[in-house]
Amino acid sequence: MVRRRGKKLIKYIVINIVVWALAILWVLPFIGITMVSLRPFSEVVVKGWWNIIGQYTLKNYVDAWTDPMYSLETGFRNSLIVTIPSTVIPLFIAALAAYVFSRFSFPLKTMLFITLLIIMAMPQQMSVIPLFFMLNKMGLYDKLQGLILVHSSWGLAWITFFLKNFFDTLPKEIEEAARVDGASDFHIFFRIVLPMSLPAIASVAAIQFTWVWSDFFYALVFLVSPQNYVATLQVATMKGQYHIDWGLLSAGSILTMSVPLILYALLQKYYVKGMVGWTVKG
Amino acid sequence: MGLLARRKRTKIILAFLLPELALILSFVLIPIMGTFVISFKTDHGYGLDNYYGVITERSPDKALVIPENIVKAQPPPWGALIHNIVWVAIHVPIVVFLGLGIAYLLHDVIGSSIVKSIMFLGMVIPMVVGGLLIRFMFDGDLGVVPLLFRKLGIEALSRTWINYPQTALIALILGSVWLWTGFSLTVYAAALESLPKSYIEAAKVDGASGFQIFFKVVFPLLKHATIVVVIMTMLWDLKIFDIVFVSTLGGPGGATNVMALIMYTYFARALDYGRSAATAVILALISLIPGIWFIKRVMRSGS
Repeated sequence: MVRRRGKKLIKYIVINIVVWALAILWVLPFIGITMVSLRPFSEVVVKGWWNIIGQYTLKNYVDAWTDPMYSLETGFRNSLIVTIPSTVIPLFIAALAAYVFSRFSFPLKTMLFITLLIIMAMPQQMSVIPLFFMLNKMGLYDKLQGLILVHSSWGLAWITFFLKNFFDTLPKEIEEAARVDGASDFHIFFRIVLPMSLPAIASVAAIQFTWVWSDFFYALVFLVSPQNYVATLQVATMKGQYHIDWGLLSAGSILTMSVPLILYALLQKYYVKGMVGWTVKG
Repeated sequence: MGLLARRKRTKIILAFLLPELALILSFVLIPIMGTFVISFKTDHGYGLDNYYGVITERSPDKALVIPENIVKAQPPPWGALIHNIVWVAIHVPIVVFLGLGIAYLLHDVIGSSIVKSIMFLGMVIPMVVGGLLIRFMFDGDLGVVPLLFRKLGIEALSRTWINYPQTALIALILGSVWLWTGFSLTVYAAALESLPKSYIEAAKVDGASGFQIFFKVVFPLLKHATIVVVIMTMLWDLKIFDIVFVSTLGGPGGATNVMALIMYTYFARALDYGRSAATAVILALISLIPGIWFIKRVMRSGS
């Protein structure tokens, strides 16, 4: 009996060591890049970033933020200008559509729904050539508005899918009672369904915001002038073709990922629900 | 329902759906159709020239199947399509078993929610930054991985992995394991939580060992979660672009080229829209393999 308990304890300790070793391995690149960003590169490259004794400075952050060619200050402003409307607009439009998909039956409904699912599987590459010509014609090429339009349209499919799944789980009795009392569909949607859906809306907002903020491909294709670059585009440009200035690049990387990371820290529950919650049911 | 009520209902449906349909039609469906049309356009009307050209192309920066600089004895480089397939073949099983394994062990781990949060970070950060961090991890001067091999005395792996064709692709694939395992872990952790404990207890009472319980009881019960992880990981691998663009730009010598990057090279460097579109269509058709699997499952689960 005692030996058995001893064996169990050893197993318990081994499991803890293995899993935590993996977790430390996983977080190591973040620690490394943080150390490099906070210290003079000459020191880091000689002694290694794991050597914690030495000088610390915020110079790299200042440089990345105010770089004359690719200042992250401009990048952050552009990223916010693109990301906020690209989160709000599709969320609102898709919520309306998702409600109809969830509550009404109408001709072509299944076909439309399958179309949404196909769009979700489509790579971005499948759209950019015609969009490039269209945006050019509309005068929106190399404009942040053009990027907002593209992100909003391409966000609709997954948001509709996600919200429809959520609306399906809401109890319908309240809506029916309101309808009997003579409430209009608009009233029911805005005053009853939306307020009950705040958790789902928070999930969608957090994820869509992160995806748009993190997007690189559309920005790469549709923006050409450095003053219009979003943050991801600028940090990618900071890495020169042949020479890498790791000091500048590490500070730029940390600044660029800080926004989604802060959002994740604040809304962790909604994040996880949004990214994997829909997979659990069924 | 009366005629008036039905008319009102139709109006509501239209009003709620119209903004979505208008945007999707204009900026999603028409561009998708447009890409198809452009891919078939040739100098003399329509045909399959672009597809033929893309598939038989052999220059190292654009080859889809066999590049001219292929090393017979020990590739990479292969063509971009092969790289994508290799990526899926290595990445999917590692992600599935690593995620499931950790999720399973997490039950006995102190601070398990911290472990989960750490591993989920890869899902939250921009892929561009993820690519830079992979470049950093495998850097000969600064990275942890080459340092480790230097300590072990293996000189061949103590340099900047991403600068050599033999190691560049595997470095990126391992990096993508680092970025994406959080997804798998989180899906499996949620699925395990909803698993009835009685199954595992019953197997324990029957005297099954830990491994037996894992492979004969737990793994089959998590079939749904596994399918979700496999589908999503495949889609992610096929579309991979950012981390390759920012860390290697497909190099060295095309050793890390992928489909999405070839599409971009035709589009932005060669200004060959026909071939660019053909590459996009091939990529989209391959993505439909996991895509249709996903659609079938969604439709069957009754939503």
